[in-house]
Amino acid sequence: MTGGRKRIVNTAGLALLLVLPALAQAADSPFFVSVATRVLIYGLAALSLDLILGYGGMVSFGHAAFVGLGAYAVGILAHHHADGSLIPFLPGAWEGSAQALIQWPLAMLVGGLFALVIGALSLRTSGVYFIMITLAFAQMLYHFMVSLPTYGGQDGLSLWQRSELPLIDLNDDVAFYYVALVLLLLALVVVRRLIASPFGMVLRGARQNEARLVSLGVPATRYKLTAFVIAGAIAGLAGALLANHTEFVGPGMMHWTRSGEILIMVILGGVGTLYGAIVGAATLLLLEEGLAGLTEHWMIFLGPFLVFVVLFARRGIYGWLAGREAGDD
Amino acid sequence: MTAQLFLEQTLNGLQQGVMLFLLAAGLTLVFGIMHLINLAHGTLYMVGAYVAATATKASGSFTIGVLAALAAAGLVGATIEMTALRKLYKRDHLDQVLATFGVILFFNELVKIMWGPQALFLSPPAALSGTVEIIPGIPYPAYRLFIIGVGLAVGLGLRYLIVNTRTGMLIRAGATHRDMVGALGVDIDRLFTVVFAIGAMLAGLAGALAGPMLAVEVGMGEQILILTFVVIIIGGIGSVRGALAGALLVGLVDTYGRAFLPLAMRAALDPAAADSIGASISSVAIYLLMAAVLIWRPRGLFQAYGG
Repeated sequence: MTGGRKRIVNTAGLALLLVLPALAQAADSPFFVSVATRVLIYGLAALSLDLILGYGGMVSFGHAAFVGLGAYAVGILAHHHADGSLIPFLPGAWEGSAQALIQWPLAMLVGGLFALVIGALSLRTSGVYFIMITLAFAQMLYHFMVSLPTYGGQDGLSLWQRSELPLIDLNDDVAFYYVALVLLLLALVVVRRLIASPFGMVLRGARQNEARLVSLGVPATRYKLTAFVIAGAIAGLAGALLANHTEFVGPGMMHWTRSGEILIMVILGGVGTLYGAIVGAATLLLLEEGLAGLTEHWMIFLGPFLVFVVLFARRGIYGWLAGREAGDD
Repeated sequence: MTAQLFLEQTLNGLQQGVMLFLLAAGLTLVFGIMHLINLAHGTLYMVGAYVAATATKASGSFTIGVLAALAAAGLVGATIEMTALRKLYKRDHLDQVLATFGVILFFNELVKIMWGPQALFLSPPAALSGTVEIIPGIPYPAYRLFIIGVGLAVGLGLRYLIVNTRTGMLIRAGATHRDMVGALGVDIDRLFTVVFAIGAMLAGLAGALAGPMLAVEVGMGEQILILTFVVIIIGGIGSVRGALAGALLVGLVDTYGRAFLPLAMRAALDPAAADSIGASISSVAIYLLMAAVLIWRPRGLFQAYGG
């Protein structure tokens, strides 16, 4: 019965995600679809962080920067499309676009490109120093966006409309939910295949003993950087979805507390289990939502809860749910 | 005029650096010796500020306020260490991040419940509310000079503690050879609680001293926490000397940036744009500093004991 318990947990989770909009409809609380979409989007961001954190051992404390960059890519394109002005500093005259098929890949490209630069510089350090230098770069981007009055500065940008997809109306919350779900599952499949491949083996090897890999002639840093770029691109996609979901883009998305939140989701769910990242996102967001409904002072319960998870569920919530095989993706 | 401004800003930078040092010293000790990432260090700063503000108001004496803050921060610190953190020393850094994040949430909410959401304000003690002429014709707030003095005194005291006392010897030994020190019959658990409480009291002192200069409010700990981390990363984790150097460097760069960058920008740009761009560059100046230091010396400016 290898993985029996894990398979049950995963099947139940997927089934729940598939029928969730119908359940929300039946319970007459369509608001829940919006909450669940948020869970999917943050699940995507947490998944991308878990790729580099759980498998590459890279604790990035600036992951929200890539989410924010993806969101701004969508916001800026939509902004210029809406008022017909040209995008400054871009070769050629481009008035932006409202097409998801243009906006979203571009968001991934921007996330990946910045990850390439930030990763290349940050990977010169390791351990706690790596944590702090990724944080530093994210804070620089945050302050840069705060100081750009063209794109709202501190106040951010409101989107006039969600991105346009052929055949699918993203303004319909249920349709948007399913688009987010499909993208999350797609990312899950891609990342799973990636970490099962020789590339993934090198990445895991680098986490366990980088010196040994290097002495075997494997350029470990190049592998880690590649993973960092892929994670940046997926986080950029999460940002594109987030911009569409809230119909707003602001520097707050890139603040270090957001990076902390995504990190907490991964740890809470269980580091090194991709499903765990999604479970962690769901747990944190639903706890926030649920406790906030009960009491104004909900954080007084959430805080000790996190401490208890650390002390008593050592492999995270997903590890606790799925048992011993949780990490064998 | 320019020389006067420069001198004032230098003192402001020193004062900010000294405050950061009080926080960074405790954080770097806990970090370097126990290998614990304590995100909740800023919480102890907040506790110090709230208790100082309340005790000062109740007693009418700033001295009593500061002493109460020291006691409260030390007590809260020791309690956190014994209940939540003690089991995490040998665990992954990530577990420590999650647990101490939980501690932050708990105390932020507790403070909000006990003191309400409004910020408190505290005025400096009467004896220090005036200005001093450091150089004839240049007045400077006495309270800020007082902070610089306190910070330097604490720095010297800490150096004496670490270099010249038995506790300091155990701290240094515990940093590198924890099991050996334990085998020699030293109660490591108690030693760590003491170190944590010392760090907590330093943070509480910083909070109490900051009270008269800024609003005492929930979340004040997180704002300064990131700066403090930047300081100990620049200085080199675990090194108190590095914490001092890093703190003064960050304090000066931050203050000079805020004061002079917008002015320098005005030479080239129109005032509104200059102010906005200058402000944004100055707010990232310390991060640029940290990134530059780490790219140049990936383990900070000073090596820790034995590290």
